[in-house]
Amino acid sequence: MNAIVEYIKEVLGGVKSLLTGLSVTVKYFFSPGEIVTQEYPENRATLKMFDRFRGNVYMIHNEQNQHTCTGCGICEMNCPNGSIEVISKTIVVDDKKKKALDKHIYRMGMCTFCGLCVKSCPSKSLAFGQEFENSVYNRSDLTRILNKPNSTIAIKQ
Amino acid sequence: MFLYDFTELTSSIHEGLVSSLGEGLLTTTIEFVIAGIAYLLFFAIFGLFAVYLERKVCAVIQNRPGPNRVGPYGIIQTIADFIKLLMKELIPIKNSDKVLFNLAPFIVITATFLSIGAIPFDKGLQMMDFDIGILYVTAVSSLGVLGILLAGWSSNNKYSLIGAMRSGAQIVSYELSAGLSLMTIIVLAGTMQFSEVVAGQADLWFIFKGHIPAIIAFVIFMIAGTAETNRGPFDLAEAESELTAGFHTEYSGIKFALFYLSEYMNMFVIAAIGTTVFLGGWQPFQIPGLDGFNTVMAYIPPVLWFFLKVFVLIIVMMWFKWTFPRLRIDQLLRLEWKYLLPINLVNLILMATCVLLGWHL
Repeated sequence: MNAIVEYIKEVLGGVKSLLTGLSVTVKYFFSPGEIVTQEYPENRATLKMFDRFRGNVYMIHNEQNQHTCTGCGICEMNCPNGSIEVISKTIVVDDKKKKALDKHIYRMGMCTFCGLCVKSCPSKSLAFGQEFENSVYNRSDLTRILNKPNSTIAIKQ
Repeated sequence: MFLYDFTELTSSIHEGLVSSLGEGLLTTTIEFVIAGIAYLLFFAIFGLFAVYLERKVCAVIQNRPGPNRVGPYGIIQTIADFIKLLMKELIPIKNSDKVLFNLAPFIVITATFLSIGAIPFDKGLQMMDFDIGILYVTAVSSLGVLGILLAGWSSNNKYSLIGAMRSGAQIVSYELSAGLSLMTIIVLAGTMQFSEVVAGQADLWFIFKGHIPAIIAFVIFMIAGTAETNRGPFDLAEAESELTAGFHTEYSGIKFALFYLSEYMNMFVIAAIGTTVFLGGWQPFQIPGLDGFNTVMAYIPPVLWFFLKVFVLIIVMMWFKWTFPRLRIDQLLRLEWKYLLPINLVNLILMATCVLLGWHL
């Protein structure tokens, strides 16, 4: 007898929980409230991505066209896909030979935007941009050199 | 006015054919072809509409605008999708059983067509009026699982096979519940013939006539019917997240479209059976005693009544799909064998008692 009471309770409880779920969706159905999605090409002018969005990887340059990359190659070693290639050169500073960045080659076509390069950079010279419209007509356009032409290393304060 | 009674229209077509061609095989064949083309056209249009409706209902429930690019409010979206599916490549599968692989979608579609033929859309608007109509529909609607099993087996793919096996287990168990809940109403109606079942609901629909046991039977039928169509929350035969697409993983192009269409057609069949058996078929909503109200209701064409009720039931099934999470296979079987089936059997006895003691309205 106890088992039957338990069984009926179980059935009624199940029906009640199902009805609770149905009532939630029917509420949304009849009063949709705000639309949570955005209509993309129309809102292109006003669209602002959130701060932590992982768009294209870029190198931070200041107003004097200076970056902080030392060409150490840690980002290259950390990249799981091998999409970063750091080519370094030797420069002479104060009569001392020093390693410096020549070209920071970034192949976006191989990038998964995992963020390990940005995270591991000791001099914090890499960052994620906000841009996401990355389609190009030619695959080679996805290979980019991140340091701007004629840029120099910023002197550490 | 032919909207109220289709017997005149159909019999005039029949008499025209008989007078020009004479009674015989040719006349019968032509009549079958006409009916077949009518059903095909209806399902093509209904399928396009149902896919659009499903996407819109889902969107509204999830606070999204839904399809809104192709045409005003996206109404041409499904036609564009259909054209895309037609033009897609039919990818041949290595090491698959070619004959069964190509046969499977047609078995699924055929099963659906067989069952829709027995359902009356309006007075006289019915392909075949069997005296065992309800038994026939439950029998042929479960044939579709054969196609699903064949599709899973012949694809030579583990996901397909698991999906097909799940679908088999599901249909075998839920067919019981669907059959028994219809049986409850057969007890009340006293007949299995669809036209008689509908005629018996002229004054009051069976769901009101049979009050408590009829309502329980209706709820069980809706649950079992949703399970039989392989729709969410019982869509574990195709469970996207675990089996990619289940039994139709390997299908592409128009063969995939046939599976997709058959899902929506099955939904229509279940809604149509539910309408015919529980909600009075094409009979208008009547309340005994309120003559003025009844006259106004009877003024609406029966075919509209039928489609209105089917539409409401389809919306309810979509509501289920977009509310509940998918069941696991053991939960699915437990729901059937431990809950639905015993409740159904008790309900059948309850209904029999009600009918014997004259407690129904």
